[in-house]
Amino acid sequence: MSTIDPTAPAGAAGSDRSRRRLRSSLRRAAAGRIAVLPLLIFVAVAFGIPALAMAYGAFTTYEPGHPTSYTGGNLTSSLSGGYLDALLGSVRLSATAALIATVGGLLLAQAVVTSRFETLRHAVLSASGVLANFGGVPLAFAFVATLGNAGVLTTRLHLAGAGWSLYTFWGLVLVYLYFLIPLMVLSVIPALDGLRRQWREAAQNNGASLVQYWRYVALPVLTPSLLGGFVLLFGSAFAAYATAAAMVGASVPLITLQIADALNGNVSASASNVALAMSLDMVVISVLVMALYLPLQRRSARWLV
Amino acid sequence: MAGVSSALYDPTTAKPGRTAQRRIGRPRLGRAAILLVSGLYFIGPLVGSFVFTVDDPVKGFTLSAYSQIFSVSGLWPALQLSLLLAVATIALVFLLLIPTVIAVRLGSPRLRSVVEFVCMLPLVVPSIALTAGINILLRWGTDNLASTPFWDTLLALQNASFPVVLLLAYVVMALPLAFRTLDAGMRALDVRTLLEAAQNNGAGRLRAIVFVVLPNLRGAMLNAGMLTLALVLGEFTVSSILGYTPFAVWIVNGNSAGDGPVTTAVSLVSMVLTWVLLLVLSVTGGRRTSAAKPS
Repeated sequence: MSTIDPTAPAGAAGSDRSRRRLRSSLRRAAAGRIAVLPLLIFVAVAFGIPALAMAYGAFTTYEPGHPTSYTGGNLTSSLSGGYLDALLGSVRLSATAALIATVGGLLLAQAVVTSRFETLRHAVLSASGVLANFGGVPLAFAFVATLGNAGVLTTRLHLAGAGWSLYTFWGLVLVYLYFLIPLMVLSVIPALDGLRRQWREAAQNNGASLVQYWRYVALPVLTPSLLGGFVLLFGSAFAAYATAAAMVGASVPLITLQIADALNGNVSASASNVALAMSLDMVVISVLVMALYLPLQRRSARWLV
Repeated sequence: MAGVSSALYDPTTAKPGRTAQRRIGRPRLGRAAILLVSGLYFIGPLVGSFVFTVDDPVKGFTLSAYSQIFSVSGLWPALQLSLLLAVATIALVFLLLIPTVIAVRLGSPRLRSVVEFVCMLPLVVPSIALTAGINILLRWGTDNLASTPFWDTLLALQNASFPVVLLLAYVVMALPLAFRTLDAGMRALDVRTLLEAAQNNGAGRLRAIVFVVLPNLRGAMLNAGMLTLALVLGEFTVSSILGYTPFAVWIVNGNSAGDGPVTTAVSLVSMVLTWVLLLVLSVTGGRRTSAAKPS
């Protein structure tokens, strides 16, 4: 606007131009909204409706031919007896696996970050990217073939005689670590890269030992990303269903297995509303997980400039 | 800063150097141990399942599990269904997300936070909970819509040869990752300059987006597409509960029907193929970004 001449025609042209610019920016904003609209409609239909149906079903009874009525009974029964055991079992399994994976992932990531071999770093990062997205059926099969009842290692090393079984709590933890550790490596490596060499040197120059450096410098900086990583791992272990389902015969009570059982009508017809209530329980826990994760992630990002 | 401090401490480098050397000794051993243990843990199940498929307790070494892959019943239809769903899912994800990421990049910060929130929503509803919701909707529809015009829609949704309901669920499940991937690719571009340059050369806005912005987004699109492909090929939760038999469900059913070695072989092959695909992608992707960085 500094180039506008004080003469009348140029001034008119300037205001005309600015009006045109205003109009085009308005049009562009509208175009932006319209471009986003299909996505919003899609999410509302394909995600919103089932989610609302789930929440509604958790608080109502449903029997064809009978009027629906509101009830808190579904939620009460989803939080008692065997269903509560399954919920707690899921929480315990996810927390244990996530904790071990947090420590293991940190150690592995630190080993990779401090290594002199660039190739190793690339290999581990690529492998982690692949493995972290890898849960489900093939994972379960690989472990069953290796450490299951007829597994290669189980039979060759006579592990069954030593009391080993893959279909227990610790067996499932071992399987879950396979995709949780890579996930942790991926989420903690940026934080480890953010630990500046100068901090370590400064600590050393001030006479700090390695332990003191980790205790007073590195870990406090890493804490938000470690916690955030833990919460992320917890969430993904908590939601996992396929792995446990494909390990047929696992005797660990998990909420995802219970929901699937109830939906398949293996229990009773009225159980499907309890399944919806259990799903709502899961959503509540996932929301809590997210509510913890997002601020932690934001906080850890502060150091990683 | 680093240059200054090292210049300042130059006369005394000998001492910290020696202590550093002394300290390096132990971590290196620990590092080797950690790498060894994790290597064994991550390679073990792969080797184990390979041995499981080629080692027959009676006949010894045999590759029959792998030769049976082509003749075992039901594999091809299941794989076909999975691939069809994968292609449709990728297409719909692109159709929904590409205009969105461009609009978000050009638009206001408020638009961005709305879109980010919407795309992250599926993360708080585990896929099994989403399935429970879909399941109750389908049952309600079956019980109540029989005499209404929606009945055909309901049937089309559940059409066994192309279950639209699975497509919808898969797109929802792919949204968070696909959005983040495409958005990251978009952030790496200076879209405004690209668009202005194209428009100064006389291209219309749409033309500029299609011929200038999209080709630059190729890497991110490939990435998002592959991640979605991997997700759909491995998907088990929704399809098994809703009663369809795509690839992953077929593997589990075949295994409980007694085709142990064959299904393990199929699962191993599928896994290795997916990995190779993703690895090639991450290696080429990594090379592209590292090559782009110095400029």
